[in-house]
Amino acid sequence: MRSGALSRGLVVAAGLVLLWQAFVWITAAPPFLLPSPGRVALALWDRGDIILGHAAVTLSEILVGLGLGALAGVLAALLLAAFAQARRWLLPVLLVSQAVPVFAIAPLLTLWLGFGMASKVAMAAIIIFFPVASAFLDGLRRTDPGWLELARSMGASRAAILFRLRVPAALPALASGLRVATAVAPIGAVVGEWVGASAGLGFLMLHANARSQADVMFAALAVLAAIALALWFAMDALLRAAIPWSRETFPDEETQP
Amino acid sequence: MDHRAPALDIAIPGLAFGGRQVLGELRLRLPAGHCTALLGPSGVGKSTLLRLVAGLLPLPEGAWIAAEDGAPLTGRVAWMAQQDLLLPWLRLRQNVLLGARLRGERTDVARADALIASVGLSGRETAWPSELSGGMRQRAALARTLMEQRPVVLMDEPFSAVDAPTRHRLQDLAARLLAGRTVLLVTHDPLEAMRLAHHVVMLRGAPATAEEIRVPAAPPPRDASDPAVMAAAAALLESLAAAA
Repeated sequence: MRSGALSRGLVVAAGLVLLWQAFVWITAAPPFLLPSPGRVALALWDRGDIILGHAAVTLSEILVGLGLGALAGVLAALLLAAFAQARRWLLPVLLVSQAVPVFAIAPLLTLWLGFGMASKVAMAAIIIFFPVASAFLDGLRRTDPGWLELARSMGASRAAILFRLRVPAALPALASGLRVATAVAPIGAVVGEWVGASAGLGFLMLHANARSQADVMFAALAVLAAIALALWFAMDALLRAAIPWSRETFPDEETQP
Repeated sequence: MDHRAPALDIAIPGLAFGGRQVLGELRLRLPAGHCTALLGPSGVGKSTLLRLVAGLLPLPEGAWIAAEDGAPLTGRVAWMAQQDLLLPWLRLRQNVLLGARLRGERTDVARADALIASVGLSGRETAWPSELSGGMRQRAALARTLMEQRPVVLMDEPFSAVDAPTRHRLQDLAARLLAGRTVLLVTHDPLEAMRLAHHVVMLRGAPATAEEIRVPAAPPPRDASDPAVMAAAAALLESLAAAA
């Protein structure tokens, strides 16, 4: 099943590369505007060690940001779900925090946290925080009322209902939030690197752009896309393994038990 | 049974929801160790009454629900709903153990497995709820209800979501396993009431009041093919249809 999806993905990728090559041939675009796939592959090969070094920096920023942002999102959702006072005071703050574009505060973060990893981790974490917190909070609020009544009739405490009923029931919703977070996490890291950095794929792309090295830019972009895809599939597999009871179907796969 | 099942006295001066009078003045006695069936047209307030007794709704002003032995009801009532309410992230055995898990008590796996066997589900202890049929899930819910060891059991149309033959078997099973407890059974099914209940009460009118219905002389569980049971069920169906 998985290998079928993989081969289909490879076929689509090969088709896109062919289209790209055909476009370069037909328009005869100069290499500093649109390099051919072959040139990009060559750049990837020649500058591989440099690109991989920068990729390692970006990947670690994304992973640390993902961890911190997801943790903060989960804790915030639990706090908001458990305490009415927290909802009254923190929910508006949460919404305002999301109303300020993260891109707009990137220079500030760089100013405060420096040109190193910290500012990029903070960017990624801020971008990740909201989808995780809002998806998990939504899940925590939507527990089946029948389950809640059953738990109350069994004499469960409020804490037990939260942690043994609402939290597990909300795990599929949390998983949706984490999938979105994983997809947007690279944006935070790369934007952080554009604003001010001395390493990372975003820094490398900006650097290559300034020197009209379009092939290096494309090579870095390809590595970034590969990282994003690998992260997403790893997260998806992890979530499926962690929530084996979750039943998911598409409308065209519905079966009657 | 560890505890003797007490008789329950219920007195409600009336109950309004959002300005609408749901229940009228109501006095109901659930005799000790007997099954009392509660019938009535849809929306008459049967489930509301059950939730009041279960403590899931706050008692209205002037109402009281008391056990005959004088001890408080808290912790002595088990509740079984129309839906099985099995938690999809717990396997069957853990679902049966849910009460102890939620209260943070030690779980008695041996007793859970014995109850699972008594509802005919042995061998499926580690199945996910999604792997069980509707009838099996409802039997699992029955085992979870019995696991609570409560002398008073409240059942809200517990078998209405399963097909007729399954319901028939579930009724026999429930009658056998619930014997000796004080049971309040809300149902839409006159035959179910006449098979399982020592006493049958009908709620009717707006606001609803209670009326006791005569039951066949034989003790429950009664045979569905017994002419007296069939006649009583048919008569009950007629009066339900007239009340709706």
